[in-house]
Amino acid sequence: MRLASRTRPRRGVPERDAALVRELVAAVGAPNVRTDDAQRALLRRDASVFDGGDAGPVCFPRTAEEVQAVVRAARRHGRAVVPRGAGTGLAGGAIPLGAPVVVSLARMTSIGEVDRDARAVWVEPGVVNLDLTRHLRPLGFHFAPDPSSQQVCTIGGNVANNSGGPHCLAYGVTNAHVLAMDVVLPDGEMARLGGLDPEPSGLDLRGAFVGGEGTLGIAVRIAVRVTPNPPAVRTLLASFSQVRDAANTVSAVIASGIVPAAMEVMDQRITRAVENYVGAGYPLDAAAVLLAEVDGLPDGTAHDADAIARIAREQGATEVRLAADDRERALLWKGRKTAFGAIAQIAPDYYLHDTVVPRSRLADVLEQVYAIADRHGLMVMNVFHAGDGNLHPLLLFDAREPGMLDRVHAAGADIIEASLAAGGVLSGEHGIGVEKQAYMDRMFTPDDLDHQNRLRRAFDPECAANPGKVLPTGHSCADIQQLSSAARGLWV
Amino acid sequence: MGLTGALAERRDLVAFADEVGADGPVAVEGSRTRWSVGGEPIPGVRLVRAPSGVSAYLPEEMVVCVGAGTTVAELSSVLASSGQRCALPARGGTVGGAIAVGEQHLDVLGRGTLRASVLEVRYVSCDGRLVRGGGPTVKNVTGYDLPRLMTGALGTLGLLAEVILRTNPVPAASTWLRADGADPFAAFDALLHPSAVLWDGASTWVHLEGHPGDVAAQAAVLSRIAATTEVDGPPPLPPHRWSLEPSAIRGLTGRYVASVGTGLVLRDEPQPLRPPDAASLGVAARMKREFDPTGRLNPGRDPARR
Repeated sequence: MRLASRTRPRRGVPERDAALVRELVAAVGAPNVRTDDAQRALLRRDASVFDGGDAGPVCFPRTAEEVQAVVRAARRHGRAVVPRGAGTGLAGGAIPLGAPVVVSLARMTSIGEVDRDARAVWVEPGVVNLDLTRHLRPLGFHFAPDPSSQQVCTIGGNVANNSGGPHCLAYGVTNAHVLAMDVVLPDGEMARLGGLDPEPSGLDLRGAFVGGEGTLGIAVRIAVRVTPNPPAVRTLLASFSQVRDAANTVSAVIASGIVPAAMEVMDQRITRAVENYVGAGYPLDAAAVLLAEVDGLPDGTAHDADAIARIAREQGATEVRLAADDRERALLWKGRKTAFGAIAQIAPDYYLHDTVVPRSRLADVLEQVYAIADRHGLMVMNVFHAGDGNLHPLLLFDAREPGMLDRVHAAGADIIEASLAAGGVLSGEHGIGVEKQAYMDRMFTPDDLDHQNRLRRAFDPECAANPGKVLPTGHSCADIQQLSSAARGLWV
Repeated sequence: MGLTGALAERRDLVAFADEVGADGPVAVEGSRTRWSVGGEPIPGVRLVRAPSGVSAYLPEEMVVCVGAGTTVAELSSVLASSGQRCALPARGGTVGGAIAVGEQHLDVLGRGTLRASVLEVRYVSCDGRLVRGGGPTVKNVTGYDLPRLMTGALGTLGLLAEVILRTNPVPAASTWLRADGADPFAAFDALLHPSAVLWDGASTWVHLEGHPGDVAAQAAVLSRIAATTEVDGPPPLPPHRWSLEPSAIRGLTGRYVASVGTGLVLRDEPQPLRPPDAASLGVAARMKREFDPTGRLNPGRDPARR
């Protein structure tokens, strides 16, 4: 990937924005419009490696109608709008390009009453993913998508990114859990997409909108599906002396007709880092560990857990352990979900990749990933959603070393090529953002991309929503500004 | 191999694209199972048939690549030979027809929604070109979601040639139970992941699937709510599909079979139109102009009249 020169954000909001700011203040009130350098600097970037863009005025609407008023004010002044959740995205999707109005949904956090007949609840976009599940759990439900950033990421961000998480293996990614949305379109109109009914009339604009990375409008009310809490859960930890054996276990489990709730693999480097960090009880001598979870009713979970243990042993597992109780299960998952906090012990910087390959190719592609890192003189760790074939190679480095970022990006490009060559795709859950625009034509023909562009244009004919994202250069709304990249902390 | 590779190298797909061409009104004919959903194609329109047959099936990946002209029955029998199934409705017709209409299986609670099962679409555009959207893996967020857009679009944005679908294992045990006098909403609440809970205002039919011990345990849960009888399957279903918010089925009168938890209702008369709001229709109209500016694809049909 070519690294462009650093774009410096402007200091202060220019005089020409005075009229715009006045209208934004009229829309949401003076305390909810920020133009100061500190606030704008805070929202210049997200959790990706990219160093950031340039935020214009920042608004904090409290209602759907205020969002609508902000979008309309921006439109009157010909300014783009970028929605903002928690900023945990890893592909640069929330980075403001071209000094747009940034719309933070952080103050829209209400959760409606659960509709038990529909197994659905209306929520506002600023609700934090884990807060929703905490709210639902005593009622017997949870929100199934559980990205590793779930302690901070928001439902609106999940919708924009079609977020995944370990438990999406059995339950599906965000798109399967969004029934309806009220959306402020880029022209300021409010539309109801989808519905609580099973076969809503009209085109499935709800389905098209989810994963739109903020380029199709702003979801201001979201009806999400709630999933009943499973009465039985079994969590297994299997250790392997070779990464290949762990990967082969994953594809053998799926081939046997079992779809576990989650199947996660961690290699030795990451396992050791996590063990030092949280003491999750992972074995330090294993080349890889597989964390598998089955849930549902008691009979099926017992049967499936036994079958997974047997398959793991057949594939060469050196140890298979069943979590004895909820405390041990929670600890095993804590290890997995804090994996990236543990990295800071090893290297100052890291770059997380996100590709998907067919499960049967996991072992081969992983070997290539290790070889690619060696070739570029980088350390790589692997912790990934193995059940979905969703790889997350993590390249560790010190950005202060001259030429290092070029090597990191060259290795990343090789990993992407290896994944595509194995019949995979560019992104499993992080999205395209600004990170992978340049690779879109490796997966799609010009006609394919032209049709994606048509979908976008139907929502946003004037490139008013989060321009410069997803589609590669040469498509409408794609050419706006280059970014530089730097490394920092992230979730996976 | 049908899962990956350039569409331009697939002779059957190229032949279909050539047949669709770039001029004049054209409609796809399958089995005519859902011929009038959203309006019938205009009289005299040139009819084409999509390619048929399974071009790749990888049970261990839980994906199948199948021509849109394949019958659901043929696909189901191929999947069954490997102990798998998919979310397409059992009512029959072709794969492409069911996806174009966006019709759910009666067991949607157990099988998952149709729209979530469509991983990749390969279709012919209004100018006769082959276009691919989505990807062959079970997880994918690469770019805009054309598979979702094409599902339920009644072939008005592109003509489906081939799709990659997610498959699932057939559960080890399956049983239909009828519970007379049961509160169907209480039954739905008491069961974990039933595949279907149907109600005609008097009796409740429940489809349980899973491991044998779980199915037996769930049947016991149901029998504590009302006396149950094992039956062969669902009751006879009236012909017209209604799509209601699930809570609205509490107030139904007349003859119906309603799916508790989903809001699908089968009745003797068609559902009145329920058009989307003006802003959604505006996006849909722009979508049509973007994908088919001359209105040549399946003229006469309109997803908002579905």
